Amino acid sequence: MSIFLPILPELSIFLSAIILLILGLFVNNIKLIINLAIASIFFAIFLVLLQPIQSAFNNSLVIDEFSKVVKILILTGSLASIIMYHSSRKDLNINLFEFPILILLATIGMMIMASANDLIAIFIGLELQSLTLYVLAALNRNHLASSEAGLKYFLLGALSSGLLLFGLSYIYGFTGNTNLNLISTVVTPGNIGLIIGIVFVCSGLAFKVSAVPFHMWTPDVYEGAPTPVTAFFALAPKVAAIALAVRFLIVGFSDIAFDWQQIIIFLSIASMVFASFAAIAQKNIKRLMAYSSIGHVGYALIGLACGTSQGVSSLIIYLTIYLIMNIGVFSFILSMKNKGEYYENISDLSGLYKTHPYYAAVITIFMFSLAGIPPLAGFFGKFYIFIAAIESNMVLLAVVGILASVIGAFYYLRIIKVIYFDENKNSFDGFKHRSLNFLTHPAAFLILIFCIYPLPLINISNYAASSFF
Amino acid sequence: MSTLPILSIIIFLPLAGVVLLSIINSDSKSGIRNLKQTALWVTCLNFIVSIVLLINFDQTDPNFQFTENYFWLNSGISYHLGVDGISILLVILTTFLMPFCILASFDSIKFSLKEYLISFLILETLMIGVFCSLDLILFYLFFEGGLIPMFLIIGIWGGERRVYSTFKFFLFTLAGSVFMLLAIIAIYIEVGTTDIVYLLQYDIDPSLQYIFWLAFFASFAVKIPMWPVHTWLPDAHVEAPTAGSVILAGVLLKMAGYGFIRFSLGLFPIASSYFAPFVFTLSIIAIIYASLIALVQKDMKKLIAYSSVAHMGFVTLGIFTFTLQGIEGAMIQMISHGIVSAALFLCVGVVYDRIHTREIERYGGLVNRMPLYAFVFMIFIMGSIGLPGTSGFVGEFLVLLAIFSVNTYFAVFATTGVVLAAAYSLWLYRKVIFGPLIKEDLLEILDLSYREIIILFPLAFLTIFFGFYPQPLIDIIEPSAAHLISNIANDLSLIEPTNQIESIIQMESNY
Repeated sequence: MSIFLPILPELSIFLSAIILLILGLFVNNIKLIINLAIASIFFAIFLVLLQPIQSAFNNSLVIDEFSKVVKILILTGSLASIIMYHSSRKDLNINLFEFPILILLATIGMMIMASANDLIAIFIGLELQSLTLYVLAALNRNHLASSEAGLKYFLLGALSSGLLLFGLSYIYGFTGNTNLNLISTVVTPGNIGLIIGIVFVCSGLAFKVSAVPFHMWTPDVYEGAPTPVTAFFALAPKVAAIALAVRFLIVGFSDIAFDWQQIIIFLSIASMVFASFAAIAQKNIKRLMAYSSIGHVGYALIGLACGTSQGVSSLIIYLTIYLIMNIGVFSFILSMKNKGEYYENISDLSGLYKTHPYYAAVITIFMFSLAGIPPLAGFFGKFYIFIAAIESNMVLLAVVGILASVIGAFYYLRIIKVIYFDENKNSFDGFKHRSLNFLTHPAAFLILIFCIYPLPLINISNYAASSFF
Repeated sequence: MSTLPILSIIIFLPLAGVVLLSIINSDSKSGIRNLKQTALWVTCLNFIVSIVLLINFDQTDPNFQFTENYFWLNSGISYHLGVDGISILLVILTTFLMPFCILASFDSIKFSLKEYLISFLILETLMIGVFCSLDLILFYLFFEGGLIPMFLIIGIWGGERRVYSTFKFFLFTLAGSVFMLLAIIAIYIEVGTTDIVYLLQYDIDPSLQYIFWLAFFASFAVKIPMWPVHTWLPDAHVEAPTAGSVILAGVLLKMAGYGFIRFSLGLFPIASSYFAPFVFTLSIIAIIYASLIALVQKDMKKLIAYSSVAHMGFVTLGIFTFTLQGIEGAMIQMISHGIVSAALFLCVGVVYDRIHTREIERYGGLVNRMPLYAFVFMIFIMGSIGLPGTSGFVGEFLVLLAIFSVNTYFAVFATTGVVLAAAYSLWLYRKVIFGPLIKEDLLEILDLSYREIIILFPLAFLTIFFGFYPQPLIDIIEPSAAHLISNIANDLSLIEPTNQIESIIQMESNY
């Protein structure tokens, strides 16, 4: 039995998913299932916290400081999306008990991704996560856009999985190993076959994190999928896929860092620049958040491109702050409704502050933080990323990043402009939903006070980075 | 007194006021009155505390005083506060102007007064923080954070083209500042700390100084603003509400002047001396060009905004002379401009509240109906020209003295700016105050109310007082400025001679 101890959190979520699935068939009470799913996530967080540092199944899964921190982030993201689903399922008219279960299954996949130290485990985790996400995107069966989003995501996702698998097979062929630690012992510079493999794997991963030029699916899927699903896409899978890329590249291929760094630098610059320009013209707030997430992934990739301890730790800081900001923004988007109808256009927010000054202030905090204006938390995320970049002599990356952030500031400011400067034309239900407020307010509070005492997060991220260096 | 964290109190007292304001119910009439009273008293209290600070300030000590140092991000980046003779005056200027801003907004803000006052108090916290920070990251935090409330103030309560102006303001300043952030990070990595006290002693590698200097310059040049990146200022001034213009001209521009003295000169003396002719050239262009443009303005606020650009040109001229008179002159010019231009914007606000136009053509002959107004307006116009006997003269004279000792040509060009200032200021005054009172809506215009007298007369008094007796200011500035100059001279003497000789040899061998 002790062989299963290292994967106890995954196992507990898996068991609860199976039990809930059976329960859902017999009990017509979605609220109960949601509550149980939330409880199982809390239980899994608890288990992750308790776990000692170890490895399992011949070192194909490792439970180290990095994976523990990443798993907590993933579980938090899943938790937030289940709460968002709970608060909006009636208005969205998607009363499906499968939703929390699918989230749980995807969470298992992502947790495996966070721990995967073996090519096979990487693929299993990734596919478990991806397949569930395809279903989630198409969850709103009666809605054309949602089905379209699901199909689009599936077709492109399958292609990227194919690329990834192809790359993995190349790597196996040229190293003779599937374990990342063993691969790292035989990696030699100048091995073209290996580099081709890495390029394919990176393209596959770039698709999963929606880095430019593999971002095409993101705006459509974000717009088409039901908002809680969109929130989930923006939260957990991004974190998991970036964590996977970090472990894959840094553990396996640190000896040929120069080769893969070029790929990551390109992805990073392309994402930051493209997203900041493309977002300017967006009218739909979910689409805008899609471009915003592309841009943020670009910044996070700077941390990976550095390939240093400071880089990884800044990446964890960035992802954590990104997660908190997006939880806040998406729970806010879900509050934008009137008589059960959801608003999705940015212009629908016009003059919000005249009727709801308090909520206008909250979304303003998020927008300024996303734009990276001090003293809000978003600034510190970028600040640490740029420290890492300049420390690794990647001044160009830092300069491009900071210029893109100025352009990016424009589209976040546009939302604030609509809220504050435009004439009021819509009425709102009044943000009465308790569970959404439960997400928005702590998130805004954390973003606001982060500057006063940022030490805990910095310590946690250094702790996470210590598993590689 | 030494144990009391007085600087933190001054910085965060307005934030406490924000908390108070946010719990006041603003629906009723008495609620609105409570809001106004609370904001006014908080800013007044803060001014009193800052006066206590000034009284306890040791004028002979050139080092930082009232320092507070707490652990913040890590051992190199700490919450470090302190003031010296250069920054304390700007702190006082800020706390001094705030109650006037609040008073000036009592009637002119018609909606969302609560949010307005909250924005102003947050802005006060951030502005004072800028002048007190002794850590580069902390400084940047306050410096950039100020954009948020100012963006909202212009955007919500501004005039017709407010959205365009506030976006321009925000994006210009942000674009300038981000380079400073990169330079700060690079300094942190190079030196291992962002503590300003330590960095002022530390000699940064000369080859890096040039890059860092340019990065800091990008930020401050936009903020102060220098030609050719000054274009956001007239727009922002014209569209901002009166109090917003006052704070913009009175304090926000000074943050950049302060930055030049503290960082460009203090941290990168070699690069500063290398780039000084470049700064002189830009300043001269700013002075002459902005003055000429001011001559053809049709909008009162725009005219004063362009005059600000010209006046700030004198500040940068003075700072980069590296002489005691130059820096003292620049400081006094900043204080004087803080008072005079703030007062001029308030004067515009007075008539704008009555007639709701800022077009110069729409006025004329106001002296017949508003003698008191004509009197104070005249004092400020004279202050703006730099007439002897007003505070404007002291600053400009010291700067011209300093620039003359460095380079005669620059001095000649700078002096033409004074003449041009007289031209556009007097033209404005003649158009608005004198002439026949024939415009229909001016016939019934009322003179200053008590509230406006309380706002304008102290400022007028200070303009005259510092014009005749600037000694209190100089006493405070001089030790710190002298300390700074001797530091710079030290740094330059270590590097300059060899460099100069080398370059001379190179030049000779070229010919």
